[in-house]
Amino acid sequence: MTTKTLTESVLDPANAVHRETLAAGEPWLKEVKAGQTLRILDLEGNQAVDTLFYSALDPRERYDAQRTLRRQGSLYLTTGTVLYSNLGNPMLTIVADTCGRHDTLGGACAQESNTVRYALEKRYMHSCRDNYLRACAHDGRLSKRDIGANINFFMNVPVTASGGLTFEDGISAPGKYVEMRADMDVIVLISNCPQLNNPCNAYNPTPAELLIWS
Amino acid sequence: MENLIEENVAGGAHTSLILKRGQTLRITDLRGGANVSVMLLNAQEKSERLNLPDTLKCQHTAKLTAGHCLYSDMGRVLAAIVADTCGWHDTLCGVSNADEVREKYGIGRYQELRNAFHRNGTDNLLVEMGKWGLGLSDLLMTLNLFSRVDVTADGLLDFAANNSSAGDYVELYAPMNTLVVLTAIQHPLDPNRTYAPKPIKLTLGAADASIAERCRTSCDENVRGFINTERFFL
Repeated sequence: MTTKTLTESVLDPANAVHRETLAAGEPWLKEVKAGQTLRILDLEGNQAVDTLFYSALDPRERYDAQRTLRRQGSLYLTTGTVLYSNLGNPMLTIVADTCGRHDTLGGACAQESNTVRYALEKRYMHSCRDNYLRACAHDGRLSKRDIGANINFFMNVPVTASGGLTFEDGISAPGKYVEMRADMDVIVLISNCPQLNNPCNAYNPTPAELLIWS
Repeated sequence: MENLIEENVAGGAHTSLILKRGQTLRITDLRGGANVSVMLLNAQEKSERLNLPDTLKCQHTAKLTAGHCLYSDMGRVLAAIVADTCGWHDTLCGVSNADEVREKYGIGRYQELRNAFHRNGTDNLLVEMGKWGLGLSDLLMTLNLFSRVDVTADGLLDFAANNSSAGDYVELYAPMNTLVVLTAIQHPLDPNRTYAPKPIKLTLGAADASIAERCRTSCDENVRGFINTERFFL
C-alpha cells in the first residue's frame, strides 16, 4: 500500500444547504449546480457509493472513466482529480478526501453480472443497476443507454504489476468523506450499494450521508 | 476453419460488421505498433453493450488476452479471445477526441491532407455507430487492442512501447451475434508526436464452438457467462 495524501475540508456541515442520510441499498438523484460542493460521507465505514454524473444541460454528456484516468495519468481518484465528461469537459473536481483512494474500474453490480460472478441463482438479489434504472425511470431524463462506467467511492480496487484486478478490503472507515466541486450543473445519480456477495461493503451495506454547500 | 472475408483497414480508418454466432474475427497488426479501439454490441438488441467493468471484475483482470471473455451488461459473452500472439490489450485508456488529437498532433484537415487527414477514435467510432442508429450515449468504455498500459504500485499509468510486432494477431470468437465497431487509430498515450496510425487486416472465418472451450472453462464465471449466452438462443 502506497502513501496517500489526505485532504480535509474546511466546510462546516452547519452551513450546508442540503443534508440527508441515504440508507443502504437506496438510489439518489439530485442536481448540483456549478460552484456548489457535494460531500459523500461513509457513516459506518467500508461502504461503496456507486456514483454517476451527467450534465444537467445535456444529459448525453456524462462522466467518462477512461478520459478521467488517462488525463490524470493515474488509476485512483483522490484530491485534485478532475472528473471529465465524454465530451472532454471538466464536470467536477475532487477538492477534499479523507479516504485517499476511490475506484472507477469496478463498475456497478447488476442482477446479470451477479449471475456470472457468484451463481445463477443470485439473479434476484438487489443491485446498483436496479437502483439506477429506478431513479432514471422516475426522473425521465435518463435511461439504460445513459448508464456507463461509474465511480465507486470508498472502494479499493488495485491493479497488480501482472495486470490482475483485485478487490481489496476497504481503506475507508466511519466518518471518511470525499468532496467535489461542480464545474458545471450536474445531475448526480447514486446507488448506495446493496452488494452482499463481496467485501466491497464488508458484507454489510450501511448508510451514507450526502451534503451540499453553495 | 474457413476464411470468409479478408480485408485490410488503413491506419486511421473505421469499419463495423456483424460477427455472427459461430464466426471468428482475426485482427492482425500488419506493420507493428498498431492500436485498434473496439466497441461491441448485441446485434439483435443493441441496448446490450460491451461492459468493461463487468468484464474485468468477473475475470479478476485489468488486461485482456487469450482465454478471456468480453462481457455485455447482460451477463453474456459478446466475444471470447481465442487466440492472441501479443499478450496484453489495454482496457484503461479509451479513445481520444478531436480536441485531444489536435492538441497532440496539430491541425490536419481534409482540405490539405485529403484521406491522410487527422482522424480521432471518438469520432471514428461515433460515425460507424451512427450507421447502426447508435449515438454518443452508446459509446462506453472501449478496448484498445495491441496496446499495453501498466499500472505502477503508486497507480501511475505507463504506456509500454513495442507491445505489438508486425504479424501479431488477436482472434475473437462470437458465441452470439455481435456487432463489432472498430477503428485503427493511435492509442491516446502513444508518445509518438507524429500522426501515424497503423494499418490492420481483418479476417472473418467460420469456426466450431470448441474453439472457445479454453475461454469457456478458464474460470467458473465464464462457465456461467456461456450458460447465460446459450439461454438467449433457446
